[in-house]
Parts: sequence; C-alpha cells; structure tokens
Amino acid sequence: MKTRKRSNAPIFWGLFGAGGMLSALFGPALVFITGLAVPLGLLLPQGTMSYPKMLAFAQNFIGKGFIFAVIALFMWHAVHRIYHSLHEFGIHAGMGAKLLCYGSAFVGTVISAVVLLGVGF
Amino acid sequence: MSKRKPYVRSMDGWWKKNPFFVEYVIHESTALFVLAYAVTLLVGLIRLGQGEAAWNGWLAALQSPGALVFHLALLVAIAYHAYTWFKIMPITLPPIRVGGEKLSPCAIITGGLVAAAVASLGLIVLVWRIAA
Repeated sequence: MKTRKRSNAPIFWGLFGAGGMLSALFGPALVFITGLAVPLGLLLPQGTMSYPKMLAFAQNFIGKGFIFAVIALFMWHAVHRIYHSLHEFGIHAGMGAKLLCYGSAFVGTVISAVVLLGVGF
Repeated sequence: MSKRKPYVRSMDGWWKKNPFFVEYVIHESTALFVLAYAVTLLVGLIRLGQGEAAWNGWLAALQSPGALVFHLALLVAIAYHAYTWFKIMPITLPPIRVGGEKLSPCAIITGGLVAAAVASLGLIVLVWRIAA
C-alpha cells in the first residue's frame, strides 16, 4: 500500500492563526503596558513590573502560561507571515528560508520554555 | 531552446502601483513589528531569569528615549495589525450561520473589534488590580 506523506502546513498555519488572534486581542494593550505606561509611570501603580512582582507572575502557573503563549505564538505568527511574504519580493522561499523563519521561532520558543521552567514554580 | 535572452518583465515595486497592494504590503509587514516586540519580551524574560540586577537593567533600558519611540512605533503597527486582522476576518473565517442566515461581514468585523477592545481594557484593568 502506498503511504501518503501528510503535509505539515496546517501546524504552521494553526500557530500563525493562534498568534495572530492573540496579538490582535492583546498586542496593542501589552505594548502600551510594557513599553509606555510602565517606563513613563503612566496610569498603572508604581512598581507594577518590579522584580518581586514579575518573578511571582512568572512563577505563577497562569502567568507562566501567558508569558509563554505571548512570546512563542507572536513569534510563530510573525515568522509565518514573513516567510510567505518573501515570495512577494522576489525571494523564492526554499528550504533555507523556511528553516531560518520557523527555526528562529522554534529557538525563541525553546529559550522561553527553558527560562520559564528555570524560574521555578 | 532559443539562445536569445527572453524578455522578462521586471516585478520590482509591483505593489506600489495599486493602493490595494500597498495596503496589503503594509499590513503584512506589521509581522516585523510583532516579531520585534516578541524578541523584546524574550530579552526581558531572559533578564528576569538572570536576577534582580539584570531585570532592573532591562526596565531602565525601556525608559530610554529610543526605546520609547520604538514602542510608540510598535503600538501603531500592532494596533494596525489588530485592525486588519479583524478587517479580513470575514474572508479568513469559514462561513458562520446563525439561525440559517450567514453572518454578515460587518457583524464579524464589529464583533472582532469589540472583542479586542474588551480584551485590551480587561488586560489593563487586570494588571492594575494585580499591581495595586
């Protein structure tokens, strides 16, 4: 019997979709919080992102999951879009481009998992 | 095979000639900003794992004028990404039927934008409550 090789496209597409939805729902508010409100001391209480608070957040099960989902899925979303846009600019996406794009998201995912496991529970 | 060099029309700048494609390229390139933000957060997470001094260094770096301008650009680009994500959702989503009627594109876009507004506000309020 002939065995058919299943495409891996749905996996990448699924990660792209999940990351796209997460970044569309929470992305702008997250950038506002971490990049503008906290550094400028706007709106949020003093020490919102202080070391003890962020460490506790990263050690909390839900906090850990949120940080991991945001970093990993944002990356998978972005690299999928970049990979598919290469063609539009005359770069014929081969195995090298695919490895570079998805590989960097994979490396980012592994690093964030290692750090999140390292900070303890 | 002919030895003549065949004429191949150049595709350079193809997207600049049509406003539809200009918008397409802009909304696709928001991915670069999403990636930049994810890398910024990843660096922050690594610094958090390295201890208090490293984390405070990352927080101080975010206060530099360059970082603030960078995050302002991220905010604009990622907000545009969010808007276009919902704007094309009637095409990217499989058809949804409610009571035998196909859900209108307008309802899908409005629903998405309302969900994003609620999620954004909810996140800010939640962070405020946890921090207070």
